[in-house]
Amino acid sequence: MTVRFSVNGSERSVSTDTERKLLEVLREELQLTGTKYGCGEGQCGACTVLVDGAPARSCLLPVGAVAGKSVTTIEGLARGEELHPVQQAFLDEGALQCGYCTPGMILEAAALLKNQPEPTDEEVAAGMNGHLCRCNGYVKMVKAIRRAAATTRGERRG
Amino acid sequence: MDEPLDSVDRRSFLQLLGTGLLVTVAAPEGWAQGAPVRTRILLNEDGTVSAFSGKVEEGQGPRAELTQAAAEELRLPVERVLLVMADTDLVPDDGMTAGSRTTPANVPEMRRAAASARELLVAYAARQWNVEAAALEVQGGVITGPSGRRLTYADLAKAREAVASLGEAIRPDVTLTPVGGWKTLGQPTLRGNARDMVTGAHRFPSDVVRPGMLYGRVLRPSAFGATLESVDLKPAQAMADVVAVRDGSFVGVAAKTSRGAGQALEAVASTASWKEAPPPVSNQNLFEHLRAHARRNEARTEQKGSTAAALAQAVHVLAESYQVAFIQHAPMEPRAAVAEWTGDRLTVWAGCDGPFRAQQHLCEELKIPRERVHVIVPDMGGGFGGKHTAEAAVEAARLARAAGKPVQVRWTREEEFTWAYCRPAALVECRGGLDAQGRLVAWEFTSINPGGAAVSTPYAVANLAVSSVETDSPLRQGSYRCLGATANNFARESFMDELAAAAGADPLEFRLAHLQNPRLAAVLERAAKEFGWAARRRQVSAERGVGLACGTEKNSVVAACAEVRVDRAKGLLQVTEICEAFEAGPVLNPAGLVSQVQGCIVMALGGALSEELEFKDGRMLNPRFSRYRVPRFRDVPKIDVHLLDNREIPSAGGGETPIIAAAPAITNAVFAATGVRLRSMPLRGDALGKA
Repeated sequence: MTVRFSVNGSERSVSTDTERKLLEVLREELQLTGTKYGCGEGQCGACTVLVDGAPARSCLLPVGAVAGKSVTTIEGLARGEELHPVQQAFLDEGALQCGYCTPGMILEAAALLKNQPEPTDEEVAAGMNGHLCRCNGYVKMVKAIRRAAATTRGERRG
Repeated sequence: MDEPLDSVDRRSFLQLLGTGLLVTVAAPEGWAQGAPVRTRILLNEDGTVSAFSGKVEEGQGPRAELTQAAAEELRLPVERVLLVMADTDLVPDDGMTAGSRTTPANVPEMRRAAASARELLVAYAARQWNVEAAALEVQGGVITGPSGRRLTYADLAKAREAVASLGEAIRPDVTLTPVGGWKTLGQPTLRGNARDMVTGAHRFPSDVVRPGMLYGRVLRPSAFGATLESVDLKPAQAMADVVAVRDGSFVGVAAKTSRGAGQALEAVASTASWKEAPPPVSNQNLFEHLRAHARRNEARTEQKGSTAAALAQAVHVLAESYQVAFIQHAPMEPRAAVAEWTGDRLTVWAGCDGPFRAQQHLCEELKIPRERVHVIVPDMGGGFGGKHTAEAAVEAARLARAAGKPVQVRWTREEEFTWAYCRPAALVECRGGLDAQGRLVAWEFTSINPGGAAVSTPYAVANLAVSSVETDSPLRQGSYRCLGATANNFARESFMDELAAAAGADPLEFRLAHLQNPRLAAVLERAAKEFGWAARRRQVSAERGVGLACGTEKNSVVAACAEVRVDRAKGLLQVTEICEAFEAGPVLNPAGLVSQVQGCIVMALGGALSEELEFKDGRMLNPRFSRYRVPRFRDVPKIDVHLLDNREIPSAGGGETPIIAAAPAITNAVFAATGVRLRSMPLRGDALGKA
């Protein structure tokens, strides 16, 4: 079967079993390897992508479920050379170590800030609780997300 | 991560012929003594410098540190140092990335290489200008001489004689920049490829894609110790585009997609017949098993005075034992490798801690000579001591040979939990005696299974008997972040707290009265001060307790204060604050070190509060994140980190020791609040209700 959907603004069509997980299709058919496998049960968040702007666990999502929809992966978040404020904030705070969980974290945080532009530390932790990191103590990630919130607010005012 | 560095043996290294031509040649044994500068430092014509290290980046920070090291001594900004890591065709064999050795061993070696390079280049310039080398200055990759003469590193990269001079040996006695003069070391520094991490551009080992590559899966035994009696590959081989192979006990499949490989594996597994002989040990009867099989007469021991005599005369004698469960490293990236054969030459991209060890392992398993095996370790997704072995590399290489195409093998999370080696469980037996003044006079400490890290006590005691005992482990066990030091320190620091209580002494005062190590005393006092120990200790209630602990390992020292909230009726145990002070000599990268200490604290919370491998009948019962709980965002307490920058000694590694203080500080805090002593990790809140 052919499944058509948009990925990072481009229309794609993939001939595949519709039950195949979106994660696998992104990585193996479209070579978008920024989306990571971490657990296969939606527990770690490494495979997070945005489907029509909302975070989804691509390791659980059959590719057929995104037919006609718009998928954003980490590769599609920056505008050309200009990083998304969350990407920039993760760099500025040094909120990454091995970096494997980073793409999923950044996409979730980008979606979180759209819904909650001024989150507290507790709200960030609650919103990000479905994401695991094993290297970092999460402290810098919370700071980075709040920093991104502040820059985004600044941009809006400015 | 406690392993000796690999011994120096035959290996390949870079040799530069003329300018810019790289060839790989076999080096004689023992070349590391007096290795040429160009094995580590090469000039590029664009003014950058390539630096070479056999270490592996997995989030612990060597890429930034080693780049800083080269930049510091070359007088370059870090952006102009390009660090090549962990490629057996390009870099020297620096052994395993393990044991917190990069900072004390490899950073100084990189600095010596870079400083030697700088001196050789300055000497070349001095010869060109016919002046004394001492009259020249190097700044920003430019050598400046009298009357404004300049030679840049880019110029030197094109000067044949200058480049050839890097064939001189790295000088072991070359003068290094003193700590007080550091411009690059000591500054917060991001790894050079950090931007690729936030854009998704970086290719981790599991992201490597080769033309025509297949996805492989391996048949695992039905239980630990099960042996394969029969298997039928035909159903899998009948599937389109599937390769299925058996080679002795190795059975694997490869297909064009992961889904196809998974279906082929199911087809194979359904035909497999196994002979099971599961060990009768489960996590329920684990500690009886460890005790029963302890080989006490083979123990490595440390003795002083007579504990028997001292215990007989002691006013208070305490005897307790402590337990630590098996846990997994659970790095976010499971082990993964891509293997590609080109004729009889094998290239493997693998997530593992030792590229040269993996190369050797591949040679042995596949029966091919070393010069035909090329191993590359792309910066990988975590390890924590769990990736010393390279199973996926061998599996991918076998499948790739059978398929005649490149093959990727990436373990599933369940495989990672079940078949990767785990941190050893531990049983530690303690006996101690106090005299009438509350001084420690006898110390017996028998540590069964976790290994000898931090088994020695840093406290003064006239009579001691300390031993590290091996036993029969029912699970495959191996290295881990600080390995046995966590278990040994948990037991010791818990028991010291019990002794302090028996002596009627404040836990801080009791420790300080016995500490012989001034660095350890300094971090303990610092943590206590920052936490507000004295005042908060007076405010302890049945619901809120404070505790502290300290420890030393790998030439670094750590102390932690913890605050916990407990509700015995509800079985609730919550850590609300950890304040930790850490010292490992001069800080090379403060931002990286803070991350490592924070990361250690949170990883420590997992082992302290929730992580435990449950197993029975040769099967892992909780091999997934939904049933094996590692710390999440909302589990993070208030974390306060204080780094002491001790410039009197050389830098030690900082990625391990900060993990050892949190668990005992927590159990000591629980005791302070409730009077109940939890002696088994993970510490369970529900045990408080029953007590």
